[in-house]
Amino acid sequence: MGKVMLEVKDLKTKYITRFKEDVYAVDGVSLTIEEGKSLGIAGESGCGKSTLALSLMGYYFAPLHYMSGDIIIDGRNISSLDPDDIRKNVLGKEIAYIPQAAMNALNPTRRIIRFIEDVMKVHKPEMTRPEVYEMARKRFEILGLPEKVLNQFAVELSGGMKQRTVIAISTILSPKVLIADEPSSALDVTSQKMVIKMLRDLMEKGYIKSMIFITHELPLLYNVTDDIMVMYAGQIVERGASKEMVFDPIHPYSKGLMGSIIVPETGTREHELIAIPGTPPNLKKPPAGCRFAARCKFATPECRVYSMEMHEFGEGRSHRCRFSVEHLREVYANG
Amino acid sequence: MKHILSQIFHTGKFTMGFCIFMGILLLMVFYPLINPGDPLKIVSIGTFARPGTYISLYDAVDSRLNTLKLDEAPANRLESVLKMEDRVKMVMWFEAVEIPIGHLNIHDTEALLALWEEHYDSTVRPEGMTKADRNYFQRLDESLNRVLVTKEKILATRDASTAELQEIRAIEDTDYVNLKNVANVKRLPLGTDNFGRDVLKELVAAIRTSLVIGLIAGTIATLIGLTLGLISGFIGGIVDDIIMFVTNIFTVIPAFVLLILISYSIGQDQRGPTTVAVVIGMTAWVWTARAVRSQVISLRNRDHVNLSKLSGHNLFLIIVTDILPYIASYVVMALILQISGAILAEAQLSMLGLGPKTTEVPTLGLMMNWSMLYTAHLNGYWWAYFPVLLTIALISFSLNLMNTGLDQVFNPTLRD
Amino acid sequence: MAKELCLSGKNVTKIFGFGDKKTIAVNHVDFNFHVGEFVSIVGESGSGKTTLAKMLLGLIHESEGEISFLGKPRDIKGRKQKREYWKDIQAIFQDPFSSYNVFHKIDAVLLDCIKMRGGKNLPHDKKVEMMTEACSFVNLKFEELTNKYPFELSGGQMQRLMIARIFLLKPKILLADEPTSMIDACSRATILDMLQNLRNEIGMTIIFITHDIGLAYYISDTVYIMEKGNIVEYGPAEQVILHPSADYTKRLINDVPKIHEEWDLSTV
Repeated sequence: MGKVMLEVKDLKTKYITRFKEDVYAVDGVSLTIEEGKSLGIAGESGCGKSTLALSLMGYYFAPLHYMSGDIIIDGRNISSLDPDDIRKNVLGKEIAYIPQAAMNALNPTRRIIRFIEDVMKVHKPEMTRPEVYEMARKRFEILGLPEKVLNQFAVELSGGMKQRTVIAISTILSPKVLIADEPSSALDVTSQKMVIKMLRDLMEKGYIKSMIFITHELPLLYNVTDDIMVMYAGQIVERGASKEMVFDPIHPYSKGLMGSIIVPETGTREHELIAIPGTPPNLKKPPAGCRFAARCKFATPECRVYSMEMHEFGEGRSHRCRFSVEHLREVYANG
Repeated sequence: MKHILSQIFHTGKFTMGFCIFMGILLLMVFYPLINPGDPLKIVSIGTFARPGTYISLYDAVDSRLNTLKLDEAPANRLESVLKMEDRVKMVMWFEAVEIPIGHLNIHDTEALLALWEEHYDSTVRPEGMTKADRNYFQRLDESLNRVLVTKEKILATRDASTAELQEIRAIEDTDYVNLKNVANVKRLPLGTDNFGRDVLKELVAAIRTSLVIGLIAGTIATLIGLTLGLISGFIGGIVDDIIMFVTNIFTVIPAFVLLILISYSIGQDQRGPTTVAVVIGMTAWVWTARAVRSQVISLRNRDHVNLSKLSGHNLFLIIVTDILPYIASYVVMALILQISGAILAEAQLSMLGLGPKTTEVPTLGLMMNWSMLYTAHLNGYWWAYFPVLLTIALISFSLNLMNTGLDQVFNPTLRD
Repeated sequence: MAKELCLSGKNVTKIFGFGDKKTIAVNHVDFNFHVGEFVSIVGESGSGKTTLAKMLLGLIHESEGEISFLGKPRDIKGRKQKREYWKDIQAIFQDPFSSYNVFHKIDAVLLDCIKMRGGKNLPHDKKVEMMTEACSFVNLKFEELTNKYPFELSGGQMQRLMIARIFLLKPKILLADEPTSMIDACSRATILDMLQNLRNEIGMTIIFITHDIGLAYYISDTVYIMEKGNIVEYGPAEQVILHPSADYTKRLINDVPKIHEEWDLSTV
């Protein structure tokens, strides 16, 4: 077992809307990532996966508020640090974040190298400008980005190139954890592939020690991350290795999600899509009992009353359903 | 709807603006009820009567007298005659005729008067003192004597045929009349203007006219702007090009210059408040048209408009049901700003003497114009212009506040 | 598969702007859609697929070329002809949240469809019956929707209501412009099912526009691949996806992540 890079214990955060209502978007999430591993988080829109990404940075600003739980990066608990400290010493250095619209974050009137100089001025003030340039050039070369990008303006770059440039800048300090929230969803498939390849290069060359990848596109997750975690209504419902999660999901929600995968390859047309009726619960007033019970085909009245904690059932796998793995497998086999 | 209203009044800015505006409206509605009559009636002969309460002296002498023995009465009387500037002048006289004043305290009335009585001589002609100054000191001396020596005053009537005076009553310095017993007392809270008209009454009437002008001009400007913006934004193509060409021409010509030229060419006799309002409205629509157009362009590509077309709805129906409701809140905000702008434009025009006909209605701008022509601001007749200025500022301020408040509710980018 | 031609185009072109700003959004494309066929038009953003869709709908006019409807050249010059044409072709758009007029109730949306089918003077009971039937076709309950506003529904429900609208209108052709791209994977299957029901039960021709080549393969009979305004390849779904001949199609399929086959990252 490798060294644990990121450990999150029972993290709870909420949004406060402008009508002063609380939305419990992340409700008791625990997870661990080891060095050199990547974790994918999947779920429908509104399940709290993007909020989780924001919460993991430990840097909260309205309307997001921290409630309880620990975030431990490489043995250091950052949930008790004050925001200024986190901004100066954690963001970028320990943990980096790439949102979906990251490419729009570049000021179009500045050359790319200036952004890197800015980062270095704060974190390594002793470096001179030629040194920074040389370092950036090397990093760009390794990541397969042309050197001339450094002297270009953001407007001169295509969407995919911009996104890759942002990723390169965000990881220039070699953070321990990279959180990528739908980094390729706004791009066409070819650019998407380039972004994924770059993320994988970063992992392989050790520029980032671990990665959390958030997306709603399951085939992508399957190809990118070692583990997949499925989130539903602010909670994790199942976790396991990618291959097992896609081909042998246990929790009824994961089962439904995996059943909706469509890829352009032989056999797809014969495969029947699974639809899950209904809508996710309102996170202002989360239901008691299992949060998926209202939409679950296999739910019994007890499901609506008793909630379960995550429990392990195999090598690195755990789920949140009340029923045993055997029972669920049997139910699935019988349709 | 109820929800939106509660949200609107939840914003402090809107509520504050609304309260100020309502206050002005209430004044406009209720003041004429307690003080009816023609606002342009000339009540005082002479210009710029100071704000205050005016008691009819004629009626006062016939009122029932009471005798009050008040210790402070002589001092007050002296005080009203002997102002600070008079004291300074007295000292100047002493210096001019080279009388040593020693350590005289200018506030010590007794010592000052003693010195004055002792030395003043109206026949002395100090060097360098003009005739006017000498007359001033003579008058001062007389009025001091009148006050210091409390002789009774005789009221008399003149016999018509013999021209003999017939005494009716002697008035002592301890005689008082109750204000309630005086038949004619006139309160002029803001005094009178250059024509001797009651400023407050005129101001209230002016608010009404100016608001009406604002409303007419604002509505015309918003309607023209809205129509052109909707047509140009929704239809696009050559129609859009033509309308935008016209709009651009109006944009590059300063609206105010246009306003002046049009007002001037209409001529003094033709300019009533409605004409001025229409002229203002015709020149102010430009930015409304541009803003509405850009909003409509972003709406026209929304799928619900496409679906409405596919449902076979005609152009008019689509504009009315699928476009207008979406920009309604924006149009209301534009209207508010247009009203405020039109009131200011009227004030500016009238200041230049290009406002409505000057003798028939009062408007805020006309009141400013008159007080400026009669140099009220140079002579310190603040009541003739300051309340008007304040009213213009308050109307404009309250309308803009309401607009900002509405913007906070309806503009998603400003929501917190 | 029925071989009767439903909608076809020859040299259809759309040019926006002129002079230096000229862009050719759709460049001399030919297509033949048959009655009862489920056709997908696949392309990435900027490929001109939405422009082509709007031309098919008659929302914008083609700059060049000719579109034929049921074997005859399409005539939609006048308002009357347009109204007639739109009885035969209807659309579902990508974003359900912007497809509704937020000031209209759901009833108004459905009643409008009945009116368009000439049912304006039907008794109220009959109208309610029709609306209830349409809602039940898409697994919605009319009693729960009546007097509600569209924004009270979820994205998936809104999109289903759009299908209910199509069910009421019963056009010959349905043009679905990325109807599933803004809704969750779990609701996607339901929408796709309903589209197939429309085709199977009513015999509608469905033109499905998407950027997701997997989805196109899953659902359609015929696939057209568009690149930069050109149709680079078309044919039966099996053949185009599993044995692509155009380079662009090959690249597209190669770049999409898959689960059974290896996703080759070295080819970028």
